[in-house]
Amino acid sequence: MPTLITPISGWGRYPVQPCELARPERYADLRSDEGSVIARGQGRSYGDAALNENRRVLLTERVDRLLELDVVNGILRAEAGMTLARILDVIVPRGWFLPVTPGTKFVSLGGCVAADVHGKNHHHEGSFGDHVLSIELILADGNRVTCTPDDKTELFWATVGGMGLTGIIGEVTLKLIPIQSALMQVHHHAADNLERLFHLMQDAELDDRYTVAWMDSSASGKNLGRGIVMCGHHVGTAELPDDLHRRIKPSRNHSIPFDFPAWALNPLSISAFNSRYFKKEGGRRYPFLSNYDPYFYPLDAIANWNRMYGKRGFVQYQCVIPDATALTGIRNLLDELSASRRPSFLAVLKRLGTQGRGLLSFPMAGYTLALDLPIRDAGLFVLLNKLDEIVLQHGGRVYLAKDARLSAESFRAMYSRYDEWLKIKKEVDPQNRFSSSLSRRLEIG
Amino acid sequence: MEKKKGSSMTEAVLILGATSAIARATAVAFAARGNTLYLASRDEDELRRIAADIYLRYGVNVYYGLFDAAATDTHEKFFKSVVAIMPDLSGVVLAFGYLGDQHAARDFSAGAKIIAANFTGAASILSLCANHFEALQRGFIIGISSVAGDRGRQSNYMYGAAKGALSLYLQGLRNRLYSSGVRVITVKPGFVDTAMTYGLPGLFLVASPQNIGERIVRSLDKSADVVYLPWFWRYIMLIIKHIPEPIFKRMKL
Repeated sequence: MPTLITPISGWGRYPVQPCELARPERYADLRSDEGSVIARGQGRSYGDAALNENRRVLLTERVDRLLELDVVNGILRAEAGMTLARILDVIVPRGWFLPVTPGTKFVSLGGCVAADVHGKNHHHEGSFGDHVLSIELILADGNRVTCTPDDKTELFWATVGGMGLTGIIGEVTLKLIPIQSALMQVHHHAADNLERLFHLMQDAELDDRYTVAWMDSSASGKNLGRGIVMCGHHVGTAELPDDLHRRIKPSRNHSIPFDFPAWALNPLSISAFNSRYFKKEGGRRYPFLSNYDPYFYPLDAIANWNRMYGKRGFVQYQCVIPDATALTGIRNLLDELSASRRPSFLAVLKRLGTQGRGLLSFPMAGYTLALDLPIRDAGLFVLLNKLDEIVLQHGGRVYLAKDARLSAESFRAMYSRYDEWLKIKKEVDPQNRFSSSLSRRLEIG
Repeated sequence: MEKKKGSSMTEAVLILGATSAIARATAVAFAARGNTLYLASRDEDELRRIAADIYLRYGVNVYYGLFDAAATDTHEKFFKSVVAIMPDLSGVVLAFGYLGDQHAARDFSAGAKIIAANFTGAASILSLCANHFEALQRGFIIGISSVAGDRGRQSNYMYGAAKGALSLYLQGLRNRLYSSGVRVITVKPGFVDTAMTYGLPGLFLVASPQNIGERIVRSLDKSADVVYLPWFWRYIMLIIKHIPEPIFKRMKL
């Protein structure tokens, strides 16, 4: 297969590493020839999960065919390179939706399985892997195996959340959820501080199928952790108003055409944006209707938004803290962040439900915090190490799909089922052919 | 005679060499117009995957079957089976092509494969299509040739010669079928981002297969007989064709 050696990065644009890219167009060409290989879908993991420095990276973007769609039972089978965006184009008009969706639809199906992604409904419906009926996995010896939650169970749960390290995910069969319209009903609830925000998120009365909290990361002192809880659900036909056409504004798409200079996002500009956003969105007292697109994928409307963080890129730090210690843990993290005087443009808090069966899956019952931190200097990494310590003290973990800098030691301490996973990895890939920059950094495999 | 422009609903289109990126994009563009499709190539697994994808996304009927351009003795049987399944066959897109490797010029057995796939096989199946449409007094034939066929260069002249022969063949066919109301369009893509060109050094102005596929289908709505894709390749090739041979032979191309 022809290859192209070129420097690439994840969505965070850090790190940038030269990799040997191959881009098969045929399903039969999804294979590991020899040596180390990692599959890469849309490159939307943030750090080095889909990088393989000076080694082979297999781009799956052209192996993206929809193979089966059962519109009666809501079951879809597709090649792993297919994006959620293209899946939605097909299923939404037929009355179906993704059971779980991350904050961008420009991700591949294979990536969703490999990172066992979660959405705003994790506290009710679990993570992506919980809705996968079957995976066709291409192993190191070239054999294709079908694993399901009932057959080759161990390999299935090692692959769900397995960061592509058990083999190449070729095909995925997914159970969809029925919807009656493409609209969401959204309700915003503002909270002046972290405690109040937690309180609102725990309120069963307010809670909806999808719940997420935006946090003003610039607020400190008595306003630390102020934010808006955003609850939503798919609108049923009975809820549709008669004057629908007047209520829905067509959404507009934008693009960031160049790298912003390093000073564009500074504590002042970020704080100004956050205050405005808090006032505007927090002031929406009544439920409103929204298309599913701006609700689930607000940032997809701005192509290349990662360029906002400038050339040096950014790190998205996402961690989860178990329920029992969540409030103090998150407060400690925010205190540390605000003491560092490093601006985070985005801070998102979500509730996660019970831990799934994926052996290296990120979610556990608790609260997950995500921060976007631009890389200005090496000091950021010192801060992130401190955050790791806080996360560890509170029994939490860091999300590998976002990670670019965790230590192997911290990884071992956070992912307690690693040994179980490793046993299966050694069985299916004894030579550790499926490896990535992330797996070498974390000494996985 | 009234000439029919474009392709419309329910008309059936045969795509030969349907598993390449350009062919797949062309098939998708036809499906988006509502055309029924017959996809043909040597790779049954790929055909099944592409056919399922197009059927599920566009709701058009998609048939597929095995076709080997180099096995010319099988072409008649193949074409009959296509017409049997799709009696309303109204157009053919010849999309197969084989680049081979550039050393083929020194080893004729490798070069012969390039000629067999790109020219002999094409002439064989197109003669059957031409007779069929000529008898019906309607239809279209789109042949995907290459800018490489416009002038021989040391780096790929076996491929260029075979594609150049295909371009001449299509030109003659166009002349023959004009009075029968059958359109023959020669498409000459420049650099397209496909498996054929992936990782090659020195490429510029590379087009996406989606863009090329859409433009191939749109060429039916226009009157041009020879279509360079994207359009600026017409002018790039115009310049290249007009470099005097005494200079051209000294160039490293």
